[in-house]
Amino acid sequence: MTIASSSPPSLPLRGAEEAQTGPGPRRAAGHEERGDGRLAAVFLAPALLGFVVFLLWPTLRGVYLSFTRFNLLTPARWVGLDNYVRMVNDPIFWDSMGVTVVYVAVNIGVQTVSALAIAVLMQRLTQSAVLRGIVLTPYLMSNVVAGIVWLWILDTQLGVGNEIVAGLGFDRVPFLADETWAIPTIALINVWRHVGYTALLLFAGLMAIPNDMYEAAKVDGAGEARMFRRITMPLLRPVLAVVLIMTVIGSFQVFDTVAVTTAGGPANATNVLQFYIYGTAFGRFQFGYASAMSVALLVVLSAVTVLQYRLTRAGRSDLG
Amino acid sequence: MRVRLRKVLALTGVLALSLATGCAQGGAAGSGADSVTYWLWDANQLPAYRACAKGFEKQNPGLDVKITQLGWADYWTKLTASFIAGTEPDVFTDHIQKFGQFADLKVLEPLDDLGLDDSAYQAGLAANWRGQDGRRYGAPKDWDTVALFYNRRTAEAAGLSADRLGSLDWNPEDGGSFEKAVARLTIDKNGRRGDEKGFDKDNVKVYGLATGGAGDADGQTTWSPFAASAGWRYTDKARWGSAYQYGSKTFQSVLDWYFGLAKKGYLAPFTDYTDGANPANAQVASGRAAASLDGAWMISTYYGTKGLDVGTAPTPVGPTGKRATMMNGLADSITKNARNKEGAKKWVRYLASNECQKTVGGYGIVFPATPDGTAAAVAAYRKKGVDVSAFTEPVTDRKRSATFSFPITDYAADVFALMRPAMQDVYANDAPVSGLSKTNDQINLVLGQ
Repeated sequence: MTIASSSPPSLPLRGAEEAQTGPGPRRAAGHEERGDGRLAAVFLAPALLGFVVFLLWPTLRGVYLSFTRFNLLTPARWVGLDNYVRMVNDPIFWDSMGVTVVYVAVNIGVQTVSALAIAVLMQRLTQSAVLRGIVLTPYLMSNVVAGIVWLWILDTQLGVGNEIVAGLGFDRVPFLADETWAIPTIALINVWRHVGYTALLLFAGLMAIPNDMYEAAKVDGAGEARMFRRITMPLLRPVLAVVLIMTVIGSFQVFDTVAVTTAGGPANATNVLQFYIYGTAFGRFQFGYASAMSVALLVVLSAVTVLQYRLTRAGRSDLG
Repeated sequence: MRVRLRKVLALTGVLALSLATGCAQGGAAGSGADSVTYWLWDANQLPAYRACAKGFEKQNPGLDVKITQLGWADYWTKLTASFIAGTEPDVFTDHIQKFGQFADLKVLEPLDDLGLDDSAYQAGLAANWRGQDGRRYGAPKDWDTVALFYNRRTAEAAGLSADRLGSLDWNPEDGGSFEKAVARLTIDKNGRRGDEKGFDKDNVKVYGLATGGAGDADGQTTWSPFAASAGWRYTDKARWGSAYQYGSKTFQSVLDWYFGLAKKGYLAPFTDYTDGANPANAQVASGRAAASLDGAWMISTYYGTKGLDVGTAPTPVGPTGKRATMMNGLADSITKNARNKEGAKKWVRYLASNECQKTVGGYGIVFPATPDGTAAAVAAYRKKGVDVSAFTEPVTDRKRSATFSFPITDYAADVFALMRPAMQDVYANDAPVSGLSKTNDQINLVLGQ
């Protein structure tokens, strides 16, 4: 999950302005300011260096590589828009995009509703830190471990989950081996892992809503459902919007769970975009084409984020 | 403030310096004039190659072999990364499926000056490691074939003797005695066998044949023994062909029959198989399947499974009148940028020698490439009470058996990427096999680039 960060450029400038005011009684203060500016620059440098080296440069290089044929070991060859033309005409790319969108819809839909329910329940019913801890537990596990554990649990013939399904008298369900079930299953595995974390973020947002609003509503005779609709939802909106933006970005980048459970199968039914990009790059050594698809994903994510931001008015609060 | 700033700068400097030197040390990876770095993926083979390394070091005082073992999946990722980072091993265990790509990327050192003799190894093994330029890029180290593993108790209960299972035949029309045997081994939840009246194919308790997935582009342990015994081959030429033949009528009729076994309830359906969790040996071990087609590299796994009394039989005789199995061989390759190329060449020459291969054979975990090494392995297996003739017969008895190699062409990774979903579509979604003709056209288009 990458959220763009920018470093405020004002600090060094302030020092410079002070210096232009000339010598005088403020000289000492000016020195102090200049010193702070330099120190600030030093403190900023590691983050800035990290940003340039690990984010800005790879992004720019990725964009450049998307216009080349590149296999990592021999020099990249400029091919203009070839990779993009190929992408537009590649049915597997569009199929992957479709699969990813379905995944995001199921994953984010179920996760957001469940997380909101858990957060509201925590806010209205209990303040127990232990409970909050328990809710977060699956998040402590790595995606790969969670994926492998669920793969074993849901195995058609040998999985504990399917033993229970069969024990209850139902037919065994090929959760991860059937093209209809595979994407919803992967989406729900990731809901299981992330819902606690999302709930906790929303819970933090709920804590910021002043309690006297609820008390006033109660005095006016409002019930829990009405308070949720009229107080909780409107006041939680900015937090919910930010959480949605973050989780949607993360969801579009699903990779590890797919890699360890279905490897894109059966018959590309779970070939999400990131997995297709990975296979193209590290399996087929087509780094140019993989870069072009990554750029497309970047564009899609940016558009989705801007759209979400606009639609949910995430920057503004209804409070106060 | 100034003092603090200086301190910060000094600390940053120290940190940067230590990181830089640390990286430099890491980059060298312990390789040098007095050592050779060697990578392999099979943990079972590690003790055998350690023993080889000891023998080598005794003959080459001052040269030290540093072996690194990595799991199959990590192995290739790390190897690729090492080529980019310049931290590749001097020598590594190479797989024929990856050979074309590595040759294309020009990361392998030609081994022609090692003076290896093709005839010193089991037939065909050495020739596979020649690139399109005619040069040798791998020194043969071992080989494997495919056979039928079966649960002996289940087979006995079905009235199928070892002799019977060892003399099965097959054809794409009615499946021959092989299909009859597989049907006999299949039991539904009411206890009816696959060849009995009233057999319920939708509620099978024990499948006659375990599934190993859709087989991707090679079908090594799934459909390839059948397709090859019907006379089909992957490509137009034995090596470095320019066209694949997945569009062939023969091939498609074989697939129709093979995946048709699943529709009849004899072969476990694709949905029983989740990549990585439930391979064929697990299906046999759990009693969910009576038999499976699997490779020689799995012998120790099957025979080491507690509570499983396992037997093996060669693949069935096909329409050509011969049995067929893939014979795949690994090799040792030297990287083009090996730090200690001279030491690496010495080590590879030793790995390819009868002496080392006999040592490896003695561990009874793999069949070494030289006939003496193979004999040592057969003897070691016999000592463990394992009869491996189902695997060795195709190699020793060329009259009754045909062996074929993994497809060796350019763009192997692209072929895999196109064939994997296409084959899964046939097996899992019942897509018509004729659809593979289109996939074949796409593959040949890529090959013709």
